Amino acid sequence: MSEHELRVSKIRNGTVIDHVEGGQALNVLAILGIDGSEGLGVSVGMNVPSDRLGRKDLVKVEGRELSQSEVDVLSLIAPEATINIVREFEVVEKNRVTRPDRVAGVLSCPNRNCITNADEPVETRFEVVADGVRCDYCSTVLRSDIAEHIDV
Amino acid sequence: MRQDHLITATQLSRDDIEAVLDRAREVAADPEAYAGRHAGTMLALCFFEPSTRTRMSFDAAAKRLGIDTIDMGDVDSSSVSKGESLADTVRVIEGYADSIVLRHPSEGAATLAAEFVDVPVINAGDGAGQHPSQTLLDLHTIRENHGLDDLTVGIMGDLKYGRTVHSLATALTNFDARQHFISPESLRLPRSVRFDLHETGAQIREHEDLEEVLPELDVLYVTRIQKERFPDENEYHRVAGQYRIDADTLEAAPDDLTVMHPLPRVDEIAADVDDTDYARYFEQAHNGIPVRMALLDTLLENADPEASEGMEVDR
Repeated sequence: MSEHELRVSKIRNGTVIDHVEGGQALNVLAILGIDGSEGLGVSVGMNVPSDRLGRKDLVKVEGRELSQSEVDVLSLIAPEATINIVREFEVVEKNRVTRPDRVAGVLSCPNRNCITNADEPVETRFEVVADGVRCDYCSTVLRSDIAEHIDV
Repeated sequence: MRQDHLITATQLSRDDIEAVLDRAREVAADPEAYAGRHAGTMLALCFFEPSTRTRMSFDAAAKRLGIDTIDMGDVDSSSVSKGESLADTVRVIEGYADSIVLRHPSEGAATLAAEFVDVPVINAGDGAGQHPSQTLLDLHTIRENHGLDDLTVGIMGDLKYGRTVHSLATALTNFDARQHFISPESLRLPRSVRFDLHETGAQIREHEDLEEVLPELDVLYVTRIQKERFPDENEYHRVAGQYRIDADTLEAAPDDLTVMHPLPRVDEIAADVDDTDYARYFEQAHNGIPVRMALLDTLLENADPEASEGMEVDR
């Protein structure tokens, strides 16, 4: 990408989440619990051209290195995402997201009659299964519509 | 069975099931041997939904083991109506009782309860989820009539919301059982149960017409289609009428067919079936006592193995 096309500036230290499916960047921030109130510098690029994905989103978080377990939950909505850890403007680590066994406190159960939707003092918990996730409480299976149930 | 709680049928292995059913057989053969076995312990009956037979059956089973029972009473008259969470309710009750039987209108309620207490929790029905103690008595009934292998079972009626169906279908995957599911299209098995069946490699054979499979069946498990599942009452009457059986329907059945129903029935099994050799639903209901005695005995033993050895234990 040439200089005049550069939409988002480089970061000095922090994490770049790249190759996020177009339109999912805000969901990525929601899952990571980043809403600006932490004072971190955050840049978001949406629907930028990508050789691999056609259009992609990317998220840059200045001043925070995200751990693998923090980012693995992103695999549910951005399975192609790459995680770059940046120190002094250099990428020092580059990882793919991997599917976790379970995700807790990220999704709401689509079953309105599930006990987790009844004001009980519990986090939702889903087992990650072959083609989606499954509620640990009511066994409801959630497949293609995962992003609609992000609740963080 | 090495379980602390009984929450869903998916947690039960073939060995778990057979261990409880073996014990139920022993209880049925010699109830006196189990009388008073758990004297001095307390069972809490927590029914957040109306229940007659499950509540009475657990109460009777407990008392035959010498277990005293305390009953939460109707939800309307309890602190639940003041907005208390289930998590708080069971944590309080844990201080009163050595085990808890829970029925609740929300799916997953028993899973949640078991996370908050250390005493055994038995799921006596969670919404349209599971009803595993019913499944144990269903399996006991099938076992005593046919055995549990080389079996063809037809499950008919409301397969979508029927929690006894969900637990039974899952538990049967532990055995050499072919399952046929007979229902209107709108009340087919839900995705969650299909998932469990697929996981075990079980084949799902679905029918809209009982006649297609009746001659092959060893067991026909009938469930009630409820009026509230249909937005339109005429549609309910039209559909429900197709899933009723009577003595004439069963003329095409094999001689040794066992007809079961978790009860209560309304009119899905006509009264003229009661007098046939096929009818086993009252026997099935009565099996609730030895099976729930065996279940309580097992869970209390798991929770406190030393206490179950009796007064002779040298301390």
